[in-house]
Amino acid sequence: MIEARELSKSFHDKKRGAIRAVDRISFSCLPGEIYGLLGANGAGKTTTLRMLATILAPTSGTATVAGYDIAREPQKVRANIGFLSTATALYDRLTAYETVEYFGQLYGLDAATVRQRADELFTALDMQEFRDRRCGKLSTGMKQKVSIARTLIHNPSVMIFDEPTSGLDVMTARSIIDFIRQCRERGKTVIFSTHVMPEAEKLCDRIGIIHGGKLRAEGTLEEMRNHFRKESLEDVFVEVSGDGR
Amino acid sequence: MSLRNALIVYRKELRDMLRDKRTIRSMIVMPLVAFPLLFLGIGYVTAEFSGEAKTEIAPVMIHGGGNSPNVIAALQKLSGIRVLPYSQDALHQVAEKKIRAVVEIPSGFDAAISAGHSEKVVIDYFENNDKSEEAESKLEKFFDKYRQQILRDALTARGLPPGLVDPFTVDSKNVASASQVGAALFGGLIPYLIIIFSFTGATYPAMDLTAGEKERGTMETILSSPISRTDVVFGKFFTVVTASVVTAILALISLGASFAWAKPKLLAAAHATFQMSIEPSTVAVVAVMLLPLAVLFASALLAISLLAKSFREAQTYVGPMSFVVIAPAIIGLLPGVDLNWKTALIPILNTSLVSKEIMAGSYPWIFIAAIFGMTCVYAGIAIFWAVRMFNREDVLFRA
Repeated sequence: MIEARELSKSFHDKKRGAIRAVDRISFSCLPGEIYGLLGANGAGKTTTLRMLATILAPTSGTATVAGYDIAREPQKVRANIGFLSTATALYDRLTAYETVEYFGQLYGLDAATVRQRADELFTALDMQEFRDRRCGKLSTGMKQKVSIARTLIHNPSVMIFDEPTSGLDVMTARSIIDFIRQCRERGKTVIFSTHVMPEAEKLCDRIGIIHGGKLRAEGTLEEMRNHFRKESLEDVFVEVSGDGR
Repeated sequence: MSLRNALIVYRKELRDMLRDKRTIRSMIVMPLVAFPLLFLGIGYVTAEFSGEAKTEIAPVMIHGGGNSPNVIAALQKLSGIRVLPYSQDALHQVAEKKIRAVVEIPSGFDAAISAGHSEKVVIDYFENNDKSEEAESKLEKFFDKYRQQILRDALTARGLPPGLVDPFTVDSKNVASASQVGAALFGGLIPYLIIIFSFTGATYPAMDLTAGEKERGTMETILSSPISRTDVVFGKFFTVVTASVVTAILALISLGASFAWAKPKLLAAAHATFQMSIEPSTVAVVAVMLLPLAVLFASALLAISLLAKSFREAQTYVGPMSFVVIAPAIIGLLPGVDLNWKTALIPILNTSLVSKEIMAGSYPWIFIAAIFGMTCVYAGIAIFWAVRMFNREDVLFRA
């Protein structure tokens, strides 16, 4: 489970001074649930997810992820999450198998477990054919599969996806969406950010709209539509995001 | 820090690095092929030319001395020179390097000498031209001997002992062994090469493992894994140190092998009397001295390269740094720059100078211990700095 409490992050910019990228955001996401973080570019989605993944430290506030506090036990948090974003690329000179094996080792798994888990994942994701090919030579779709296998090697209970379909073709994007759905079915806690409204409509159990670093609205798709009296999520999004402009 | 985690990163980085053609080029091919060839080329050409100056039969002209057959006959017998008929543009020919020197002998030279008058011989030559200077030196030695002979004859004719001319002689004797002379001459070159190669060997991997990773987007991938950032730094640091040490060792082996092969030719060409044999144990001591320096290079390069957003940007930071490394290494090679407590404080220069001492066969233990300790402290500070940099969000995620 994920529980964010008053999570904030400020950056210092030489020209603009202090920037509050995330401003006292609180929300929770339960096991077996997909929480969608919606926002325009620069709204604070990536910063929020990076804080949850303990890649960035919060300026104030905190969060518990899989039962661990992100500020006090960042390594335990990372050991229990799978983090996938457009910024998490692969090593071009390692093969698909070596990449997954490497991360298995980093997650503290023994050699036999790594081998067994990797085999299972490579079969499940239909990756056996290119397991010994270097990542630099793989297509975008194949690379995404390797990334997925990398995030799942330690069977984490929490999955964090930062715009996972950004820049992908329709077929690859669809396989990612299916994969996120499967994570929910397996009882994992899933949070994912996007600015693609249909994706959020299809997937999310609950949605949080973030704008200017603040969480402006939160609820199920139905609750959002009713509350804002709009037909589509896109209209809701424009309404909510327009407030701050 | 967890050694297990650092070693996982190290093994992966090493595998990754060995599959990179650019790293292989800078770490293995460059030291093995290009540099020894370059050094050998320069050494051979220099030896060849200085040797040629020594062996040449120098063409020389004599001006005047028409009524002085004794000195002319003696000059013509002098080995190593060839007397050409005098021409009006003789001085011009020296300047044009067509002949090596002109000897101007005043008129009535023989007669004046017999009468006990002092005369003046002029040798016209081309300063800083090896062949002309060699001819001038031969001629000067000839006239010195000629003068002595005349004096001795004059004393004998007057019934005085010839010892009056040379009441005593001075004989300078070299007590250093031939190999020590060789080490003193060339010993500075070995530490210099190790310093340069350990730096260049570390440069490319350090940039690739930091700025390169940021550029390729793999930095965030490794940061999302559960291991600590300190483990990541140490894994990368071990990789860069390995590259640095391997490059330096390969350069040394390659240079040693090339040198052993070319040594007889070089010595023969330069007409050198010294030996150029350096004990492997001495090189080993120098290598140990240089190890903390490799650590210093690796960590400083990692920290500096991490500041950059891209590989190209990292190159602009590391470029000036290479000057900071090469300059003290070169100063250490210069004659007259000696090891003392002032120079012992300057990083890189101190290691270069103390290594030169070790190569020349003297072991100044206090300096060795102090400089080794000091370089370890500098290296420790650099590692600490690199770890700090890896824990700074503004450095890792510079927009």
